Amino acid sequence: METVNIEVNGRSYSNEVEPRLLLVHYLRDTLGLTGTHVGCDTSSCGACTVLLDGISVKSCTVFAAQAGGHAVTTIEGIGNSGALHPMQEAFWAKHGLQCGFCTPGMIVSCIDLLRRNPDPSDAEIRAGIEGNLCRCTGYENIVRAVRAAAAAMKADEPRRSVAELLPVGAS
Amino acid sequence: MITAAFEYYRPASLDEALRLLGGRDDAKILAGGHSLIPMMKLRLAEPAALIDIAAIPDLGRIDFDGKRFRIGALVTHATLAANRDLEKNAPALWDAANHIGDPQVRNRGTIGGSASHGDPSADYPSVLLALGATLSLAGKSGSRDVGADAFFRGMFDTALAPGEILTTVSFDAAPASAYAKYQHPASGYAMVGVAANLRLNGGTVGEARIAVTGVGDSAFRAGNVEKALAGARAGDADAIKKACSNAASGVDARSDSQASGTYRAAMADVYAARAVSAAAARG
Amino acid sequence: MSTIPSMIGSPIRRREDPRLITGRATYVDDVKMVGTVYAAFVRSPYGHAKVRSVDVSAAKERPGVVAAYAAADLIAAGLNVSIPVAADLPGLKKPAHPPLAIDEVRFVGEPVAVVVANTPYAARDAVEAVAVEYDQLEAAIDLEKAAAGPPYVHEDLGTNVAFVMPVKTGDPEAAFAEADVVVKERIVNQRLIPCPMEPRSMLAHWDTGAAHLTLWTSTQIPHLLRTNLALLLGLGEIKVRVIAPEVGGGFGAKLNLYGEEIVVSWLSTQLGRPVKYIETRSENFAAMTHGRDQIQYIEVGAKKDGTITGLRMKIFANLGAYHQLLTPGIPTFTPLMSPGCYKLTGFDCEVTGVFTNTMATDAYRGAGRPEATFMIERAIDLVALELGLDPVDVRRKNFIGSGEFPFTTITGLTYDSGNYAASLDKALELVDYKGLRAKQEELRKQGRYLGIGFSTYVEVCGMGPSAAMPAPGWDSAQVRVEPTGSVTVMTGISPHGQGEETTFAQIVSAELGVPIDSVSVIHGDTDKVQYGVGTFGSRGTAVGGAALKLAIDSIQAKAVKIAAHQWEANPDDVEYKDGKITVKGDPSKSMTTAEVGFTAFRGVGLPPGLEPGLDATRRFEPPNFVYPFGAHVCVVEVDADTGEAKIVRYIAVDDCGRVINPLIVDGQIHGGLAQGIAQALYEEAVYDENGQLVSGTFMDYAMPRAHQLLAFETDRTTTPSPVNPLGVKGVGEAGTIGSTPAVVNAVMDALAPFGVKNIDMPLRPEKLWKAMHANSNGKVNE
Ligand SMILES: Cc1cc2nc3c(=O)[nH]c(=O)nc-3n(C[C@H](O)[C@H](O)[C@H](O)COP(=O)(O)OP(=O)(O)OC[C@H]3O[C@@H](n4cnc5c(N)ncnc54)[C@H](O)[C@@H]3O)c2cc1C
Ligand code: FES
Ligand code: FES
Repeated sequence: METVNIEVNGRSYSNEVEPRLLLVHYLRDTLGLTGTHVGCDTSSCGACTVLLDGISVKSCTVFAAQAGGHAVTTIEGIGNSGALHPMQEAFWAKHGLQCGFCTPGMIVSCIDLLRRNPDPSDAEIRAGIEGNLCRCTGYENIVRAVRAAAAAMKADEPRRSVAELLPVGAS
Repeated sequence: MITAAFEYYRPASLDEALRLLGGRDDAKILAGGHSLIPMMKLRLAEPAALIDIAAIPDLGRIDFDGKRFRIGALVTHATLAANRDLEKNAPALWDAANHIGDPQVRNRGTIGGSASHGDPSADYPSVLLALGATLSLAGKSGSRDVGADAFFRGMFDTALAPGEILTTVSFDAAPASAYAKYQHPASGYAMVGVAANLRLNGGTVGEARIAVTGVGDSAFRAGNVEKALAGARAGDADAIKKACSNAASGVDARSDSQASGTYRAAMADVYAARAVSAAAARG
Repeated sequence: MSTIPSMIGSPIRRREDPRLITGRATYVDDVKMVGTVYAAFVRSPYGHAKVRSVDVSAAKERPGVVAAYAAADLIAAGLNVSIPVAADLPGLKKPAHPPLAIDEVRFVGEPVAVVVANTPYAARDAVEAVAVEYDQLEAAIDLEKAAAGPPYVHEDLGTNVAFVMPVKTGDPEAAFAEADVVVKERIVNQRLIPCPMEPRSMLAHWDTGAAHLTLWTSTQIPHLLRTNLALLLGLGEIKVRVIAPEVGGGFGAKLNLYGEEIVVSWLSTQLGRPVKYIETRSENFAAMTHGRDQIQYIEVGAKKDGTITGLRMKIFANLGAYHQLLTPGIPTFTPLMSPGCYKLTGFDCEVTGVFTNTMATDAYRGAGRPEATFMIERAIDLVALELGLDPVDVRRKNFIGSGEFPFTTITGLTYDSGNYAASLDKALELVDYKGLRAKQEELRKQGRYLGIGFSTYVEVCGMGPSAAMPAPGWDSAQVRVEPTGSVTVMTGISPHGQGEETTFAQIVSAELGVPIDSVSVIHGDTDKVQYGVGTFGSRGTAVGGAALKLAIDSIQAKAVKIAAHQWEANPDDVEYKDGKITVKGDPSKSMTTAEVGFTAFRGVGLPPGLEPGLDATRRFEPPNFVYPFGAHVCVVEVDADTGEAKIVRYIAVDDCGRVINPLIVDGQIHGGLAQGIAQALYEEAVYDENGQLVSGTFMDYAMPRAHQLLAFETDRTTTPSPVNPLGVKGVGEAGTIGSTPAVVNAVMDALAPFGVKNIDMPLRPEKLWKAMHANSNGKVNE
């Protein structure tokens, strides 16, 4: 057993875990944060994407032990129905989801994409979500959502920068 | 999805890591984990211990003195992809770093892990061959340097001896270099990838180092193409195309459900020409 | 939000989304119950083998393991069942299909044992400890070889042929005698893997006190599943509750009853604990139903002017090793829809269903109809090529005219409504056909290969009239006006991404004049919702929505009676107008549904003899299927160096009748296009000759990512359906059905200068490159 101290969505946790416990299982089963999904076993689909110190990672390909001492943001920490993140708003407005299973990981990836490139072209958006599979939408409305979110976040810049939405200590 | 059980160590120094690694033959280094963990999840690998090198200082550094790059083994693909010095002075590696896997993979995967893994479809090996990179390997009895030509030995086979850790990758600036990748439609790895590093004398190619990945059991230098390119005019697309024929001659090209060996070999020529043209345009 | 009928046709954003975009939705794996144990299956690594022994004893000794069973243990404990097949055909062979293989495994991934442990990690470890001895047998993999002879998947049948179904209509002999040319081709629909992003997931909870089973499962058909599960487990149907919570996509592959669902449910009854099983993606690739896999030999007769006279087809359909729920029924749709939107006079077809040592095929988005559409749309292009005609003209020449509906086709279907030329005209205009042809010419001179491909499809959906279905075809709705004026809708369909929580609320809001936010749409729970049939075959709105409309009609009729009584007016003079109840010609008299609903609840002031309460349960039995259609145009450029086909434009003009929410309709089309394009260019399930699934993960199976697709250009025409009171047609599958042939036709058009007529899907670059670089001997030029 391994003691891990992880900050998740701004709260500190300390747990005894098996070294082989995957971060995604730690989030889902130990902490009950089930918004992060598992869609594959080959690190291909991105359904499990979370931010680790503000950077997108596939939480199925990180052991909880590796995340010790770091800060994780899951979809639950991105926003809630009372205060949606502009990316969540945009997915909603543009119908960027159908079954919703890929959505939490997709939204987190798209937020990371705008962190790296606040004003991406359509081709850059498509390349930027290469790590996330969606079977329902054909991606078209996801691209539109990212475009809309980029515009909204630009317009909103002083009040709502992406960094602000990350947990304390994340860079 | 669930790996076999293992012991987990997170040494704070290289010495400690070497000590842990040297003590047993069932341990593996864990770097970014983006080759190792997927294999463990499918139980294609079941190491009894993982030695996570993430806490070792200095392995995450990039040094560039204007002439030579020294890149720590833990530098991630994303860090390389965002590095301006690299973009200007060794763009082949920058190209490759930008096209490995996907953003999340790039955020975790490391250059040291990729090189150590020796995946025949990985992008970096061809680039390191073309750059003539030196790989520094630390062992119990000190450190040794191995050239990329000797490092990549075969399928998942490198010059790393048991108990050794790759610490740095270094190479000279190569401004007229490029990497052209033909993505596997499912995995995103290189179905074919070609790195070109040219020394240009005015408008003609002086020396060329061309290396191919994705095609054989390991990345390899395309010697005949290198020879044929010498003296070619950098802007002459037809001449370049001609020089790039049979890039994979003598190599037993691999097949899978997406592409046969014949096709892979033919694409090595096409992508060699694309890489060379791109490199020439940068020179 | 306003409460007026303009709700219909409004692109309002989905009401299901807030929980989904915030990670607060509950999929099966998100349901946590105290005391849950976890199942894991031991699966066959062989395509075909005798099972000599299964030893679970070592697994039982592992830490955390609660139980382990082989097939014999299940049978000894009383679970001796066969996974049901609902589709039936004359003479159909139905081999037993036990949930755990007994003495022979017939496909890679077939379950042979199950272990149960306190954690998923312990269960996974225990799988390693189960010892199974196999004697490998020769596998039947190639479809046509399997049809012809041994090895047999089921030795005792003495054949791999499960059924042969002839369909001969019209006068094919005369039709072919009339033809100037006969075009022949072998058309292949490769095997596909549905890949919903949520794999199969289930949690069974046997309540020992109440002797009652609840199964949460990721399904499209909760009620049908309940009925079958109750029968298989020998439980009263009232003792079984099936809940489809949030479901992460289905695409037909969750329109089934899986052995795992039976075993996990049974395990819970045995262990008295909740049992959860979440399959891995690798298991999903191997052991969730696959789709398509047909080979068709076709002959098309045509006159010089492009008139298609007759069609002959010999179809081989790969069923896999066993039947799942609808396995043999899927290919029987193919002949029915083979005439497409064209008039023919002779049709002669034979469908042969064949067992092979592969996973069962079953419904996958389109289910039997894409195979028909692909064939006929390719055939039209082949005829055009043969006769030197423009494929657009050949289509027009053979279209069923807009004035000819309802039109009974040669295969006996009655197309409800359509205007095929209108959608084609619109598509041609959007794409600037003339300009494109000129550009194509010009680029060819530069050694660049542009191709333009069409597909004018019609499909059959809104499944369907009960008499024509293997299960009931109707669906149900209950509408309840609650005391405070909120409206609860219980629908028998089971949406999993299609957005009916929104569209149905729009319908209620428009018809009953209640704010959309006070409408709740409940589905997917057999203890809450009256019996319903589920979501598949693009039936959600066309059948479930129609049932909703009937229920609303009943409510309105009752509300009118109550209001008339209050006003002492003649009910014939009272009507619903713009969501309010009024007296005709007297706008001063007006009541809301909520007001009438409260009166009905209070039970005072009702007409004598009228029951209190304002609710209604109705079922819609579709008198016919519905037939959406459209015209798709695909423009590709093929890279001569690599053979890569890049789609540069994709225009889809679809007609799904009346549109309730255009945002959702477009979304359905987009997703459909992606899957149809993926079949044309990328996806293929590959088994090797021993039955190993070579394309068993996302690292090998090329399900497209965003950069492999493009921005779709969509538009629509609107031809309401007379089949249901909403005038809607289905839209879930249309995009998939229409798009595959458009892409392939475009690529073949691009390669026309190379004399290429047909290349089998998926159009991997290598195949195109070979075709472009072949010398006259058919060898690739080095
Ligand atoms: C979905 C996906 C897509 C990918 N696509 C690509 C792609 O397109 N191109 C590509 O090149 N790669 C691709 N990869 C692989 C990725 O680049 C990996 O990050 C890389 O191959 C391994 O680096 P790592 O740091 O993750 O190493 P790890 O997985 O941690 O280690 C890999 C191996 O190297 C050993 N090792 C690691 N570091 C050292 C060291 N310093 N010294 C000695 N031994 C060491 C480990 O013990 C292990 O055996 C992909 C991976 C995934 C999951
Ligand atoms: S679950 Fe992590 S990438 Fe698929
Ligand atoms: S919305 Fe269903 S997988 Fe993306």
